Amino acid sequence: MAAASFTAAKFLAPVAARSGGEKAPPLPAGASSSSFARAMRRGGAHHPRLRTALAVSSDVLAGNKAQAAAANPAVTREEALELYEDMVLGRVFEDMCAQMYYRGKMFGFVHLYNGQEAVSTGFIKYLNQADCVVSTYRDHVHALSKGVPARSVMAELFGKATGCCRGQGGSMHMFSAPHNLLGGFAFIGEGIPVATGAAFAAKYRHEVLKQSGPDGLDVTVAFFGDGTCNNGQFFECLNMAQLWKLPIIFVVENNLWAIGMSHLRATSDPEIFKKGPAFGMPGVHVDGMDVLKVREVAKEAIDRARRGEGPTLVECETYRFRGHSLADPDELRKPGKDYFPVSFYFFASLVKFLVLTRLSGEMENGIKASLAKFAVVWYSVVPIELVNETLLSDFSFLSSLHSSYLICQHSDRYDEKSHYAARDPITALKKYIIEENLGTESELKSIEKKIEDVVEEAVEFADASPHPPRSQLLENVFADPKGFGIGPDGKYRCEDPKFTQGTAQV
Amino acid sequence: MFEALREALIEEMKLDPTVCVMGEDVGHYGGSYKVTKGLAEMFGDLRVLDTPIAENSFTGMGIGAAMKGLRPVVEGMNMGFLLLAYNQISNNCGMLHYTSGGQFKIPVVIRGPGGVGRQLGAEHSQRLESYFQSIPGLQMVACSTPYNAKGLMKAAIRSENPVVLFEHVLLYNMKEKIPDEEYICCLEEAEMVRPGEHVTILTYSRMRYHVMQAAKTLVNKGYDPEVIDIRSLKPFDLHTIGNSIKKTHRVLIVEECMRTGGIGASLRSAIIDNFWDYLDAPIMCLSSQDVPTPYAATLEDATVVQPAQIVAAVEQICQ
Repeated sequence: MAAASFTAAKFLAPVAARSGGEKAPPLPAGASSSSFARAMRRGGAHHPRLRTALAVSSDVLAGNKAQAAAANPAVTREEALELYEDMVLGRVFEDMCAQMYYRGKMFGFVHLYNGQEAVSTGFIKYLNQADCVVSTYRDHVHALSKGVPARSVMAELFGKATGCCRGQGGSMHMFSAPHNLLGGFAFIGEGIPVATGAAFAAKYRHEVLKQSGPDGLDVTVAFFGDGTCNNGQFFECLNMAQLWKLPIIFVVENNLWAIGMSHLRATSDPEIFKKGPAFGMPGVHVDGMDVLKVREVAKEAIDRARRGEGPTLVECETYRFRGHSLADPDELRKPGKDYFPVSFYFFASLVKFLVLTRLSGEMENGIKASLAKFAVVWYSVVPIELVNETLLSDFSFLSSLHSSYLICQHSDRYDEKSHYAARDPITALKKYIIEENLGTESELKSIEKKIEDVVEEAVEFADASPHPPRSQLLENVFADPKGFGIGPDGKYRCEDPKFTQGTAQV
Repeated sequence: MFEALREALIEEMKLDPTVCVMGEDVGHYGGSYKVTKGLAEMFGDLRVLDTPIAENSFTGMGIGAAMKGLRPVVEGMNMGFLLLAYNQISNNCGMLHYTSGGQFKIPVVIRGPGGVGRQLGAEHSQRLESYFQSIPGLQMVACSTPYNAKGLMKAAIRSENPVVLFEHVLLYNMKEKIPDEEYICCLEEAEMVRPGEHVTILTYSRMRYHVMQAAKTLVNKGYDPEVIDIRSLKPFDLHTIGNSIKKTHRVLIVEECMRTGGIGASLRSAIIDNFWDYLDAPIMCLSSQDVPTPYAATLEDATVVQPAQIVAAVEQICQ
């Protein structure tokens, strides 16, 4: 029998008490006003649990916003235009990448960021030069926001020697030491420990080397996706970052899809922001399609980290307008066939119910048969997986309703893309700027024109740049090329001219 | 030997404040093999970091810290645990200098005890040198005496390249008098242990001692083996090895890792590529059996190369 001194009470204590007094911020539960949440409610969800646990927008800062909005605008004119310019740069650049890819100028796996610009701009534009950014393979726009010139990124994508990584990294490995962009990683999750290391180095510089900027600790922001949040490295780094109070922000770009795997099908508890408090750090959910909301959360998280209060987990609800990569046919996110509006299905099923229940006798079977035939033709426009569940199988009223309900569910999924397209962050900011008189239509147009010129120039630069010469092959394998060893003649092999020419066999 | 490694760490940490240690139980516990004993008291908890049990992540953390200017020494409590860090070691440690176009360097040292011990069981008796050797951008060295342990540790810490330093569980209590003055061993050079004329025996780490024991028997039988401790597992010191082969024309490789894809396999290819004309006999390679190391003592002894086998092999080569 267990000793009487053990009680389960300590496991019921709130997280705050265990983590040395740090209070996890109160997260609002319950209904939210975001249209995404309404859509989720209306359509139900694939996952039964999501019918009650809704995605909640960052009402954490609602209190601040309400006061601030009246007195000071959330953003100044200069800031708003800067944010707009950065997001437009991201969008135009990525669209140009798609064009160049299909024209055979860039190759391999290229992952575009269209639709997610608010996350990159919202966070990175608040950072200093000395702050670090770590990204994934979807890193072009993070590089641009951090200040890497568009021409360097484009040249890298074309595989030219003038690229930011001399053409050796490619789309998935963007690095820039002067801008403190620490990659660009192809495997998901492997950048998170690197980001944790950069944050550790910032803390080390402050505490051991006694060097630090005037603002406080240098902050690191790690960007990664929803799929990565099921990976061990994510959890291990959340633990270590909070344990040592590292100046890092973990930003989850939850775009609901990991290639073709829906977040809901892969994750036992899809609310990623809740995993922060499990480790003792604040977890915030924010509408990642609204750059001003993202920026507010970013300010709080970054300032917290700079003061040495530790990490934050921020989940940004966002969406990628294009497929996972340019090679992705993106079939799971669009309707397999044409579909009719939801209301049509509902009324059609109601009519059918009414017709069938009023038939009797021999006529009934004949009419049922013709209706069944009609239904087969009709249902050919309905996605095949619905046919078994819908009106053909059972003619009860409840079944009709249930079928309509299922169709609503699925048609919501097919509406996903247009739903998010309506929340395009660039259009939203443009509207905000004009409504709040922070800028005029023509100013915004001139920004767009300027960006188009920048991107065109980047393409020209990349086109005109030389391919890397053969001599570059062996140059960066080792920081110290003595690592190639000593040759039979007693000299270091790197002194062999074939090494500088790149023709030596290593 | 553990004191030699410890001295090397202390000296380097005093010289350069960016050198730090991270690993499981390196701080307050002083290291499972006492290599970091007392360091946390001397340098503080941040410079001698006790990590949670998350090899992949803290190795990656070491890499990120190195990219931002620190020089971490990452300890795997047992080399075998670093299999969990393989992703970070291969993808990030080896590759980031290249994929960043030379912008970031990764001066980490990854070290830990490996090799077959005394009945530690299969998973604690692994030899990872064969698994890591293909990774481009990585250097690998194996220490075998207190002298070269201290020298190689210092050289590894000072190197701008990522270096994996293989120590051996059974060698930590080896004793040897080492110089008081500062010295460094070259990371890329092999060590001449015993000059000879009849056959070149190439070995590293613990097998050096089995070879030297066999050498005593061989000398009594009238043979004159030349014993070279290759030390640098990647890259090979082809100069020392080549000069020896040119003298003796016969090669025996004695290693502790598995035969399949082992260091001996690579060394054989390198010798054939470079010194084929100088060989009078096929290269012989004695490796451990391709078997998960059994717990039972008799079976465990049978998996690794024993001095008697070495003697028999030399006799066969020198016929």
